[in-house]
Amino acid sequence: MLILLIEKTNSIQMKLKHFINLEWKQYFRSAYWQKSMALNVLLVFVALYFVVTFLALGIALYPILKDTFPDQDPLNIVNSYLFYWFLADVIMRFFFQKLPVMSVKPLLTLPVKRSKVVNYVLAKSCFSFFNFLPLFAIIPFGTMLLGNGYPAVSVVSWMVSIFIITLGINFLNFIIENFTSETELSFLPIIALGGSLFALNYFNIVSFTSLVSGAISSIYDTPLLLVVPLLLLVVLYVLNYSKLKAKLYLDSSLKTKVQEVNASNLEWTRKFGDAAPFMQLDLKLIWRNKRPRSSIFILLIGLLYGLFFYPNPVYQDQSWMFAFIGIFVTGIFLINFGQFIPAWDSGYYKMLMSQNIPYKQYLKSKFTLMAVSVVIMFILSIPYVYFGWNILLAHLAAAIYNIGINTHVILYAGSFNRKKIDLNQRAAFNYQGTGAVQWLLGIPLMFLPLAIFGGVYALFSFEIGCLVLAVLGLVGVVFHQKLMTIITTKYLDSKYKMIQAFGQDN
Amino acid sequence: MINASNLSKKYGNNTVLNIEQLNIPKGQSFGLVGNNGAGKTTFFSLLLDLIKPSSGQITSKDILVNNSEDWKPFTSAFIDESFLIGYLTPEEYFYFIGELRGQNKADVDNLLAQFEDFFHGEILNQKKYLRDLSKGNQKKAGIVAALIGNPEVIILDEPFANLDPTTQIRLKSIIKNLAETQGVTVLISSHDLLHVTDVCERIVVLEKGEVVKDLATSAATLKELEAHFAGNETLVNEAN
Repeated sequence: MLILLIEKTNSIQMKLKHFINLEWKQYFRSAYWQKSMALNVLLVFVALYFVVTFLALGIALYPILKDTFPDQDPLNIVNSYLFYWFLADVIMRFFFQKLPVMSVKPLLTLPVKRSKVVNYVLAKSCFSFFNFLPLFAIIPFGTMLLGNGYPAVSVVSWMVSIFIITLGINFLNFIIENFTSETELSFLPIIALGGSLFALNYFNIVSFTSLVSGAISSIYDTPLLLVVPLLLLVVLYVLNYSKLKAKLYLDSSLKTKVQEVNASNLEWTRKFGDAAPFMQLDLKLIWRNKRPRSSIFILLIGLLYGLFFYPNPVYQDQSWMFAFIGIFVTGIFLINFGQFIPAWDSGYYKMLMSQNIPYKQYLKSKFTLMAVSVVIMFILSIPYVYFGWNILLAHLAAAIYNIGINTHVILYAGSFNRKKIDLNQRAAFNYQGTGAVQWLLGIPLMFLPLAIFGGVYALFSFEIGCLVLAVLGLVGVVFHQKLMTIITTKYLDSKYKMIQAFGQDN
Repeated sequence: MINASNLSKKYGNNTVLNIEQLNIPKGQSFGLVGNNGAGKTTFFSLLLDLIKPSSGQITSKDILVNNSEDWKPFTSAFIDESFLIGYLTPEEYFYFIGELRGQNKADVDNLLAQFEDFFHGEILNQKKYLRDLSKGNQKKAGIVAALIGNPEVIILDEPFANLDPTTQIRLKSIIKNLAETQGVTVLISSHDLLHVTDVCERIVVLEKGEVVKDLATSAATLKELEAHFAGNETLVNEAN
């Protein structure tokens, strides 16, 4: 009996070792990893930044609260804000945290229990950065409490309860993602839910603030109540477990659904001459694949982005922001679609390279698509003139800059692209595909013009700032042919590397 | 037509292909056989300039393939499914390829009409995207797409794999017809010795990247090939 038990644990460890081993190899052997050290370093810095911020928050919170509100208990104040903390956690995770991906298909026929695969994936998600980040704030704050004579058992159970709830949010997030991933506008429900919870609380219809703070306080008073969040955690885990396990069959999530064709002839693209076949291809690419299609819906967000700023009187005087918002509003498609050129075509890149096509035409089609999108976005953003003429001016300058400079920059950057995109991907645990890395890529495209504009604005005036952006854009347009030749050469140089990298699965 | 000289491809210290001299005249149906890792796909990839030769050169109609792109208009290929665009319907894919090769819709339709038999009613007008077709049907679409635009060189890697018996037989007659009556240089690779000997007038055996046999197909060729590959096996067994 004992021997059997030992054997059993041994085999569990064995399998765990195998899984970790597999993932390690998958990560480090991919062309992507080898080519993007710089990006990984950047990610580490971003992570460090958050760690330090949270640490500072955890250490400084107690003294600050004590100073500002001497007649209140800092712990109570913190508890009363926990609702917002948790709500923000849920929303942030939805956008940035993905359930760890594991290619399960090869494992299904091996003697590995399905439950083991699922448990492994779920357990792995517990080690996410998002779960540890709060600890950097909670532990110092808790230590401060202890140092100030709060009862140890209560403080510890307070800290533990918050950690358990954080883990609970971790699993809740996957359930939410699971429900919403089927739809195109997957981010709308979470925004609506978050918004309505916030509103209910804000207008005091249901006071979640006091509910959460009350609940946490009772755990603080009666540590035995820790059982409640613990039970919740178990329930969430079990829900996730059963959901994922049901998905682990070839015929549910791994098998591709047959889609009815929606054909349209797109004859109007003929106007673009040589590039027409590629334009048609790109349009079909965008419309018929889940992944690029989502970049169309992001257009809507981009267009409304200005509404966060312009109606707000605070920003009315901050006109150095306008060019930045202009770049974002008119360039949202450019940034979203452009950052994955030429990876969108990675699935059939080999074929394109063996076909009778000049590279220049291929790239020109992408350029035209992006330039046209900027023009359309600019036209759609004209109503912002309601908030002031200078906004329209800034948007126009930003649009010209986008067409002249950013399109070329993003095309050039594309020649360093080594990450395959699987358009057909419906892998079991892969929901949205865009992680933190892609968000970071947008930074140089938006902050460089912001720096240029901001600098000129500070030295001279708003109008000259717009003029400089527009002139830069026009220079780009004038040298378009020349720039395209340079970009084409760059693509030709990295042709073999791209073919090799796009041939890899991970 | 196609000429490889001192051609080699190395990955690190590992030589995967090393061909001193190989000449394929125009209009020949050329078969490449060899076990896995013999260098068949490597050779085709070099010919299509998808990978870079470590040394030597390969010319197609006197054009150095890794130097100029002028060989592309008269060359077409189907290597694997990565040559298909999954989100297009077969028709759209054919028209797209046609457009790249300077053919209008009517030209493409004309060509497709000849392959109605071959398609067996499973490719055209199915209202399905290529990604949703079965492996065999994807292959059929890819092979036919490689015939669009009157190419002078057609490269097909493992064209018989995944096809059903009926289609295999039809494909054989298509390939024969291309070489014999239209003067097209057809290069195919296969693991199926019977099919290659049926189709190709010349068969080259690759082994660990080297040409070990270069045969003009005759009645005895199949026996010779079978003996060669069986013999290899016994040798390996003895070595172990």
